[in-house]
Amino acid sequence: MTRPTVDLRPTTQPPFPRPRPLATFFTRPQVIALAAVLFVNWLLFPGFFSVTWQDGRFFGSLIDVLNRGAPVAILAIGMTMVIATKGVDLSVGAVMAISGATAATLVTSGIPAPIAVAAALGTGLLCGLWNGILVTLLEIQPIIATLVLMVAGRGLAQLITEGYIVTFSDPLLIFIGTGSFLGFPMPVIIAATLMIAATLSVRRTALGLLIEAVGVNRSAARFAGLKAGALLLIVYSFAGFCAAVSGLIVAGDIRGADANNAGLWLELDAILAVVIGGTSLMGGRFSIPMAVLGAMIIQAMNTGILISGFSPQFNLVVKSAVIIVILVLQSPLSARLFRRLPGAPK
Amino acid sequence: MTERPVLEARGIVKVFGQHRALEAVDFTAHPGEVHALLGENGAGKSTLIKILTGAYQPDGGELLLEGQPITLRDPLHGQSYGIGTVYQEVNLLPNRSVAENLFLGRQPTRLGLVDRKRIDAQARELLSRYGLDIDVRAELSEYSVAVQQIVAIARAVELSGKVLVLDEPTASLDRNEVQRLFDVVRALKAKGLAIIFITHFLDQVFDLADRVTILRNGKRVTTQALDTLNTTDVVRMMLGKDVTFEHHPSALAGGPKGAVKVRFQGLGRKGMPAFDLAVHEGEVVGVAGLLGSGRTEVARLMFGVDGADTGEVFVDGQPVSIRNPAQAVAAGFGFCPEDRKLDGIFGDLSVRENIIIALQAKLGWFKALNREDQVELAGRYAEALDIRAADHDMPVKLLSGGNQQKVILARWLAIDPTFLILDEPTRGIDVGAHAEIVRTINRLREEGLALFVISSELDEVVAYSNRIVVMRDREMVAELDGDAIAPDAIVQAIAGTPEEARP
Repeated sequence: MTRPTVDLRPTTQPPFPRPRPLATFFTRPQVIALAAVLFVNWLLFPGFFSVTWQDGRFFGSLIDVLNRGAPVAILAIGMTMVIATKGVDLSVGAVMAISGATAATLVTSGIPAPIAVAAALGTGLLCGLWNGILVTLLEIQPIIATLVLMVAGRGLAQLITEGYIVTFSDPLLIFIGTGSFLGFPMPVIIAATLMIAATLSVRRTALGLLIEAVGVNRSAARFAGLKAGALLLIVYSFAGFCAAVSGLIVAGDIRGADANNAGLWLELDAILAVVIGGTSLMGGRFSIPMAVLGAMIIQAMNTGILISGFSPQFNLVVKSAVIIVILVLQSPLSARLFRRLPGAPK
Repeated sequence: MTERPVLEARGIVKVFGQHRALEAVDFTAHPGEVHALLGENGAGKSTLIKILTGAYQPDGGELLLEGQPITLRDPLHGQSYGIGTVYQEVNLLPNRSVAENLFLGRQPTRLGLVDRKRIDAQARELLSRYGLDIDVRAELSEYSVAVQQIVAIARAVELSGKVLVLDEPTASLDRNEVQRLFDVVRALKAKGLAIIFITHFLDQVFDLADRVTILRNGKRVTTQALDTLNTTDVVRMMLGKDVTFEHHPSALAGGPKGAVKVRFQGLGRKGMPAFDLAVHEGEVVGVAGLLGSGRTEVARLMFGVDGADTGEVFVDGQPVSIRNPAQAVAAGFGFCPEDRKLDGIFGDLSVRENIIIALQAKLGWFKALNREDQVELAGRYAEALDIRAADHDMPVKLLSGGNQQKVILARWLAIDPTFLILDEPTRGIDVGAHAEIVRTINRLREEGLALFVISSELDEVVAYSNRIVVMRDREMVAELDGDAIAPDAIVQAIAGTPEEARP
């Protein structure tokens, strides 16, 4: 018997997407949860789904959810991949502040806005690279490694702004935060573009599979010849980049950089969005679009509570209740229960 | 053996989804007997054990303890009925002291505080009954697996005391340690415990057990006294067919060799003396030696898992740099590690992804194998190695150990390797998969691959090696070639007996 020889032509052809019929998409707990939250919003506020066209752009509560949810969605895109490698990045909120502070300080000192934006994004990349180096080369646990920058980063941002809220009137920065394109707010356009670009670049290359492999078993990944270290550096750098983008949006939105409050606690929302999106904190399988959906669920709840006239104090309680429901739906226990239902997928 | 069984299972049925793991299985354990439970992986051994200890609840049938029907909620509940278990991987706390491990959860206290002195004294007293005189205050992890295993047994017997289940306790022990463990088991048997013993080593079954129950495909084939059986009978019943291992050592030894494929020159690192070794095309270099003799360390050095401080590596006469596994894979090396679960398998990834992962790593990030190629590759190698998986998209962790091992082998065959390192490729896997892997090694050699195979099973090494390197104390102490290859000769080389001293 001869050893089977296989034609190993490497192809640049994209891998087939995993089979994911539309029907199973609508039975996913995240999609059901989003629908439920939107439905409750509609009950509380009948005008919730009305979208109007005004001054060349869409307006309405739904658009508002997308717009307000965009910063966390962008964080979640980077966070998904970090969590897929069995890591976590606590520093993204602080990196948002650094990015906003960098851009604002540069434009107010007369640097052209495109350069300021590039510098802010570059700073984000560097912050991510720093995290990656701590995790990979120094082998510090991700939660501790990124905690360093979470704490120090906000201090760095304050040093950059010298403790003031740096306001600006640069049209490019403001456009990033509040402008519109094709009728949609810029943050939505940026988040959607990043989501699609990130998804394509992990699924049409081998990156997605290799990231999952590192997350499932880093030791086995090493034995199989994967360059786990380089992958981790890329993943953490990308999370830093996403945080910088998000930081620019938040700064542009308020026309200023607030080193103390920009992105405060948003890392937790981002982690939550990823977990709601079904990516396990134990690493492995991940889905970027689902994490973005998770961010939208969180924002839909925030918006719903605000427009319904409940006091904002309810927000946290309601949010945690909904999150518990989603996590229970995802748990192995309910998977077992669902499997007993007739017609349920195996 | 007394007439009344201490533990009896009647007509046990267990169903997982569509799969009937156990079908009306009867099992009895009598006081003062060692009852071996045998079967290929997937035969239902683990499922039956988990039902007997309370980890699973049966879907049919009943359990009786000393004639009384019982229902076990969980292993803790089983323990309270006197049924204790010791697993292959010691399930204790490695970073706590031996004494604490023995008394965890039931520490003697004084004035509400843990009484360390009493714990230590009781632990010493307890272990002395097992012939162990060790410092009970030292961390458990400081002791060998064999000692840890005995500590685990001591704890289980203390907590339960009627039935002791030993689930592959010898898988990571060497020969002397196995004997030590068996002495303990024999003493417990003499005290009237019922011992249920699961292992893949048939010689150990004949050495230790009184009766055997053989399972196949979820059904009981037989329960018989062992003195009425021989090895061939047992294997035949386990497999449901006749198998013969091909032993043709003389045909291999001293035969014509191909060109030198890989050459390691002066490879070494701290704590690991440098060695020279050349492996030819179409040659299997077998490695024999006791556990801890440095066998695995050599393999790790060759594959760049541990970076070498000194030495050079040549492939086809050309020097190559192997500082890490990625470079080794680039040079066409493959390595099936000893610890499948820890270093080999991506449990949550699919069978297909597990097979193509090394090739994908070798191709790089941007030359993604498309799904069609992946499906084809996985299909071909799964068929060539007879990997039994219902579906190549199912997570590999759901496969049996033998099939997982074949998946890792397939992973390396997929990169079309020049040199393959196999570290204990047949450890802890069922007889059928064992035979398949030995067949594959022979086939790969005939096809001209260079292989380096580490195994504790001497008969096996002898069967497929052209040349055998014997290791002792981290050094290659002997090399056997041609007619010199024989189990006796290897044993002597391992033991360090000089040639002249032989009678």
